[in-house]
This record gives sequence, structure tokens and C-alpha cells, in this order.
Amino acid sequence: MHLLSLSYDLHIHSCLSPCGDGDSTPANIVGMAVVKELDVIALCDHNTSKNCPAAKKVADAYGVTFISGMEITTAEEVHVVCLLPTVEKALELDEYVSARLLPVTNDPLLFGEQLIMDYDDNITGTEPRLLINATSISFDEVFPLLESLGGVAIPAHIDKSTNSLLSNLGFIPPDSVFRTVEVKNAELFGKLVKEHEYLNSCKMITNSDAHYIQDINEPVNFLHVQERSPKGVIEALRNPGIFR
Amino acid sequence: MTVRKNKGGDFMTVEKIIELSELSPLVLADAKREIDGIYCCDLLSVVMSKAFSGCAWVTIMGNINAVAVASLDDMSCIILADGAAVDELMLTKAREQDVNVLQSNQPIFETALMIHELIKENV
Repeated sequence: MHLLSLSYDLHIHSCLSPCGDGDSTPANIVGMAVVKELDVIALCDHNTSKNCPAAKKVADAYGVTFISGMEITTAEEVHVVCLLPTVEKALELDEYVSARLLPVTNDPLLFGEQLIMDYDDNITGTEPRLLINATSISFDEVFPLLESLGGVAIPAHIDKSTNSLLSNLGFIPPDSVFRTVEVKNAELFGKLVKEHEYLNSCKMITNSDAHYIQDINEPVNFLHVQERSPKGVIEALRNPGIFR
Repeated sequence: MTVRKNKGGDFMTVEKIIELSELSPLVLADAKREIDGIYCCDLLSVVMSKAFSGCAWVTIMGNINAVAVASLDDMSCIILADGAAVDELMLTKAREQDVNVLQSNQPIFETALMIHELIKENV
């Protein structure tokens, strides 16, 4: 089986996340990926995928493999990176999550603007409800939810002291089904595996979680996939197998 | 659970609670702010919708988002309890947003109880 090696950054925020910088437009994010020569990127705004259509359009024009995603905040305030095989599936998830987002109106002065954009940096709308709020979706529910959409759910930055599986739940639920975890500082993974036996069977990925385009990763982290496509990347993360 | 005025019209304030207790001020933006009750919770999404204006929020959440929530809900102060880690970014944001931040070395319940009793005895 011949595997392709792709440089990746699968957790990037745009100006739609309230904490995302105004310059992190869908077009600029793809532009930065081109400059950095990244093979595959994913846009994962908080609880929404509404800037994915624009990013996909630009990415297709520039030959960057683009994955539509979002970073769901569960009811326990745990962040989970969610990757979907198509823009359509991401927007389906967007609708589902939107109906379950706890309704607090955003205050742009306090939290930041939440801007929906087109491929040409035009603002086409704003999200009125605060996107960094929790949803009523529990941690357990996220995994079958993504599975049903042909996607994959990856506990985000599990080494972080806030909004992570380990900081908020304190342990890995014994009936967990995820096969890939995201770590912010890759060097800490070894220590985490020693503390949490479940991680022995997990693949680890590390992403920028960039809220500013200059923080998007250099092409230094690689994934081995069978197909250079969202589907190929998702499959590699759903079933890491022996190529962890 | 709101605080009632006594006949003299005194309220409990942030500076009075510092005077009467072992709470230490990390950011004192508005010392005379009246404390209108106590609220305890650590999930920011819940705090956002349930906390009330003027409350003293006792929590272990010492991060920058806690300041935004305190500002949004117009709280009298954040009280970081139980040795909660505080970061400099949080304190800077608190100064910018005029949010009082105090610190307690006691756990959440003991801290909240202590403030509750001080309010009862002194107001």
C-alpha cells in the first residue's frame, strides 16, 4: 500500500471565531497555507462552519487540500476538533450545532467580531450569538454524531489547562471511541500516554489552533494517507491502524 | 441571594470585604463597588446565563475568558479560590475592563461561606 505524506495544520480559526483576528479571512488563511507550502489545512471555527464554503473555493483555486471543520464546545466545555468530508456535511453539522448552542448574544467589544465572509474578503454576515459558548451536546454524543456525517471527532489540545478533555473531565472516559487526539505541545504526548493508558492506542496530531494567520504551522507535521483528499485524511484519523 | 441594607444604609463593598477578611486584591479597579450576593460556578457557559449583576463570583477559573464573563454580567468581583492559577493576561484584561479580582487560599465553599457570614455580621 503506497501512502502519501502530507504536511498539515488541521485546526485553524478565522475571523468568524470571536477570538479570531480580523485578518484571518478565509482567503488569507488559504493564502498563508500556500505561502507556507502546507499540503492540507482545516478551518475549525468555534461551533460553526460558515466560513468553510469561502475557504474551500479559494483552496480549490490554489490547489491546497482543504477540509471543512469546526471546533465544537461540548456541554462540559471540552473542545473537540471535528473534520467533515465535504462542505455540505459541515454545513449540516453547522445547522445541528447551531440549534444546540446556548443562546447568549455576542458582545463584539468584549469577545470580538464574528464575521462571515466570501472568497473575496467581503463580509456577508455576522453571527449574533456568542460562538465560544457551550452547546448542549455532551462529549459522548460528539463521536457518533461525526461518524453519522462521515467525519471524525478529535479531542482538542488535550494538554491544555482549560477547555480540554483532561482539564475538564479529569480523565478519559473508559468507553471512549476516539482514535486520534490533538496535543498542542507534541513533546508532552509521551508523558500523557504514561498517565492515561487509553492513549496507548491513539494517534497524536498537533495543530496550530491559530487565531492569527502568522501562527499557522510550518509544514513540519506530517500525516500518512492513502488519498490526498478530506476523505483520505479523515480515514487516516478515524482508523490510524499501524501507521500511528 | 441578595444582600439587604441595614437601617444605616450600608452595603458590603469590595474594599470592606478585603479589610474584614484574608482575601487579597490582585486587581482593584473599583474598590467601592457594592457586593450584591455570592455566586459559585466554574462552567463559563452556565455563569454567563445564571450569574447576576453585582455578585461576587467565587471560582477556580483564572483565565482571560472569566474576565469577559464578569464584565458581561456586571459582577462586583471575581474571587479566585482554592489556589487557582492566575495568568498575567487575565490580570491585564481585568485592569482594562475595570473588573475587580481577589484571591482566596481557601476552597470555593469555605470562601463563599466566609463572605456570606461577613455580610450577615456587618451589614
